[in-house]
Amino acid sequence: MSDKDTVEVAADTPELSQPFAALGLTPDEYEKIRQILGRRPTAAELALYSVMWSEHCSYKSSKVHVRKLAPNEQQSAALLAGIGSNAGVVDIGQGYAVTFKIESHNHPSFVEPHQGAATGVGGIVRDILAMGARPVAVMDALRFGPADAHDTARVLPGVVSGISFYGNCLGLPNIGGELAFDACYSGNPLVNALCVGVMRHADLKSAVATGPGNKVILFGSRTGPDGVGGASVLASATFGGAEGKAAKRPSVQVGDPFMEKLLVECCLELYAAGLIEGIQDLGAAGIACATTELAAGGDGGMNVNLDDIPLRDPTLGPAEILMSESQERMMAVVSPANVASFFRVCAKWDVEATVIGEVTGDGTLTMTWRGGTVVRIPPRTAADGPVYDRPMSRPADLDTLQAAGPDGLERPKDGPALRETLVTLLGAPELADKSWVTAQYDRYVRGNTVLAMPDDGGLLRVDEQSQLGIALATDGNGRYCRLDPYQGTQLALSEAYRNVAMTGARPMAVTNCLNFGAPEDPAVMWELAEAVRGLADGCAELGIPVTGGNVSLYNQTGNNAILPTPVIGVLGVHDDVRCRPGAGFTTEGAQVVLLGTTRDEFGGSSWAHVIHGHLGGRPPTVDLDAERRLASLVVAAAREGLLASAHDLSDGGLAIALAESCLRGAQGCRITLPGDPFTALFSESSARALVSVTPGQEAKFAALCAANETPATELGVTGGNTLAVKATFEVPLAELAQVWEITLPALFS
Amino acid sequence: MQIGVVTFPGSLDDTDAARAVRYAGAEPVSLWHADRDLRGVDAVILPGGFSYGDYLRCGAIARFSPVMAELVPAARAGLPVLGICNGFQILCEAHLLPGALTRNADLRFITRDVRLKVDNAKTPWTAGYVSGQQLLVPLKSGEGAFAADEATLDALEATGRVVVRYDSDAPNGSARGIAGICSEAGNVVGLMPHPEHAIDALTGPSADGLGFFASVVHEFAGAAR
Repeated sequence: MSDKDTVEVAADTPELSQPFAALGLTPDEYEKIRQILGRRPTAAELALYSVMWSEHCSYKSSKVHVRKLAPNEQQSAALLAGIGSNAGVVDIGQGYAVTFKIESHNHPSFVEPHQGAATGVGGIVRDILAMGARPVAVMDALRFGPADAHDTARVLPGVVSGISFYGNCLGLPNIGGELAFDACYSGNPLVNALCVGVMRHADLKSAVATGPGNKVILFGSRTGPDGVGGASVLASATFGGAEGKAAKRPSVQVGDPFMEKLLVECCLELYAAGLIEGIQDLGAAGIACATTELAAGGDGGMNVNLDDIPLRDPTLGPAEILMSESQERMMAVVSPANVASFFRVCAKWDVEATVIGEVTGDGTLTMTWRGGTVVRIPPRTAADGPVYDRPMSRPADLDTLQAAGPDGLERPKDGPALRETLVTLLGAPELADKSWVTAQYDRYVRGNTVLAMPDDGGLLRVDEQSQLGIALATDGNGRYCRLDPYQGTQLALSEAYRNVAMTGARPMAVTNCLNFGAPEDPAVMWELAEAVRGLADGCAELGIPVTGGNVSLYNQTGNNAILPTPVIGVLGVHDDVRCRPGAGFTTEGAQVVLLGTTRDEFGGSSWAHVIHGHLGGRPPTVDLDAERRLASLVVAAAREGLLASAHDLSDGGLAIALAESCLRGAQGCRITLPGDPFTALFSESSARALVSVTPGQEAKFAALCAANETPATELGVTGGNTLAVKATFEVPLAELAQVWEITLPALFS
Repeated sequence: MQIGVVTFPGSLDDTDAARAVRYAGAEPVSLWHADRDLRGVDAVILPGGFSYGDYLRCGAIARFSPVMAELVPAARAGLPVLGICNGFQILCEAHLLPGALTRNADLRFITRDVRLKVDNAKTPWTAGYVSGQQLLVPLKSGEGAFAADEATLDALEATGRVVVRYDSDAPNGSARGIAGICSEAGNVVGLMPHPEHAIDALTGPSADGLGFFASVVHEFAGAAR
């Protein structure tokens, strides 16, 4: 189709056949566009609607469900902005506000791991920047195929080097995340990037274009052909070729972290000088998305001249310009009086800035190119997109799967067998030392990192005088969610909530990245709906709001969807970051206490997965009330200095938590197990933690446990250079360190 | 005492260096890469980061920046200058220090708390330490392996210009375990590890790094008396 396809030409040639299917639109969607416009769309309009109505940008399949996450009045008490904005904003007190969000970059990271993961970091950082906040840290939740699979050796090191390259060069500490392996992610890794930003209350910015006559300024990198249709094409359909169709051409963007760093500093200086009326980051669907969303959010009108957009490739036509996903670009709405000052700040940071249009009051988004009008649409129709309530049905195999529980699996019966089980689990890739990955990330930059991986949550100082801080953790468990998406999602929420509390911070808000298969599959839609319902109910019960998130669908290879994998991020506020127990045993002679209730729960456990390759039964019980009491207990105990260490129990149960606390603090322990040793060591019951108590504070801590109605079992005492379990086994820390540390370097170095 | 901290557009650890200066009792003064002006400071820190993106050789462009046109003659005239990580790379590119920093031996970025041993406790940046003292300081770099020809390395060692070494094997493959060196006069010091990230036990692995900043403040106070 010709690029000179203007609105007038379109009106005169209604019968022209248009390639809507190749752009990912259904015949119904195409017909709806024709109805909206009262004519056929121009080529540029078709491109614009196709990217805006893609699953990635419109959330058309998930919207009816995700709506349920909107916080109620009580939950939103501490919110300054919620879902619908680029990211939610939480009031953490002392005039500070925090915004955080997690987003997927799964598909690009499979096609080109290094650049895919790098630009994932860049995209989420611009999201946070567009709220008016200074980005202060990132985290990454990563899931790959089996660690020893041939393709994992390509994908994992590439993803890690991409995150390292982009995040380090941008100067953002990487303070935590996850690393998991499962065969379901072989052809579809999950790369979820989280960014957190801090601002003063007054600095909150909005993505709206208001005030007719205000100028629309595009600034940052030039627009090139990279990633044309990237998000819409890659993230909105499975990798093709299944039925002999040609695979869609992958289009991954290339990142320039130095330009992003300039953009960050430039934007913050523009904000501080009060030169901006509205701001929007350019991510998926590039200029198409930024212009429609700015226009739809404001007075509803904008004129844009596409000829004014600085191009890296002068042969680009209007459709390509609109769809380009060139990185490191932002769009601002600026009053005419401020334009000169705006340009001065951009010049200081060597950031190219161009006026490309103007806000109007006519309710129409109009774009011209080489003298013709190539776009004339009501912007809200593109920004809002269609909504589908797709068919759902409980997976046909779920009853069978839940019935085939782990009870019949052979359990280790004596001390040597339990010892062997611990050593095997500790050396399994999903539980082994993650330093090979995290050592490639800068966790020190900006000088406010108090805790980072391998501690349970990342902890950042926000204010040097008051010692106010924030903590963050992300968690997800595809196996639990496969067995029961409602409960599994609440378990992920519980774990992230617990991890934040382990740093001594009060959990305050939730973000989420919902990674699922194709929405046309009723079983996938049922899993998504159940996960969202679980998250909404869980957050309501815990009294904390979901402030935003991201849905990533079409995570599947052929007809095989990934395990349903909602990844939940929790943000907490820390009143005094100096009172932070780490995960490691650091004090000799400290009492070791297990908090919470242990049940015989092995469905979806690491033990069943690693030792037996088994997935079946029910995931552990959810007890949100117990989680809340445990969190209150640990936060209060940390503030009073009663804890020498605090570590949550999750994958691999008490056995793995003990080994990690010993190795992290280079301090052994001698303990006695309550009840059946196997259950005590490897069960994955939720709402539990392993702490060591500051010597001399035992009675005070016990009283606090009682006051918080949290069962506390005294296990033993720290000290020595072995992990000694009375009458069961004893393992030198050196041996544990050896098996724990060798796994990832042996696979990936 | 006023200590200038240079900000290139891609500098990342400039706020950290300024904080370390404050902790040491001096006043940090921000210097801008595009200004040919040292604003009368008594010493200068070139902080870590990626100066101009460093997609070319690290520091290769920064060497030609306006601020360096002022800094190079001042350093040759005796102004105390500390280059950390990217700052060390820039000092080598500017020929204020010999040798070069090359890709880490395993070609990956490394963040690790490393043990250092002070070899030369006589520079203005290390006079607060004693020779042989051990320090625990973060290393975080992708191009941190110091390299020079054998004659240069021999000369550096013979003249006491190795300031700090990695106490055990250099994680980045640095020649002769060198983590930091100084100029012939001793006033210009380049370090690959980051002492500004070890100024308190809350945010760093130790407070061992504070001595670099406290040293220059103490030296300055002594000279002023």
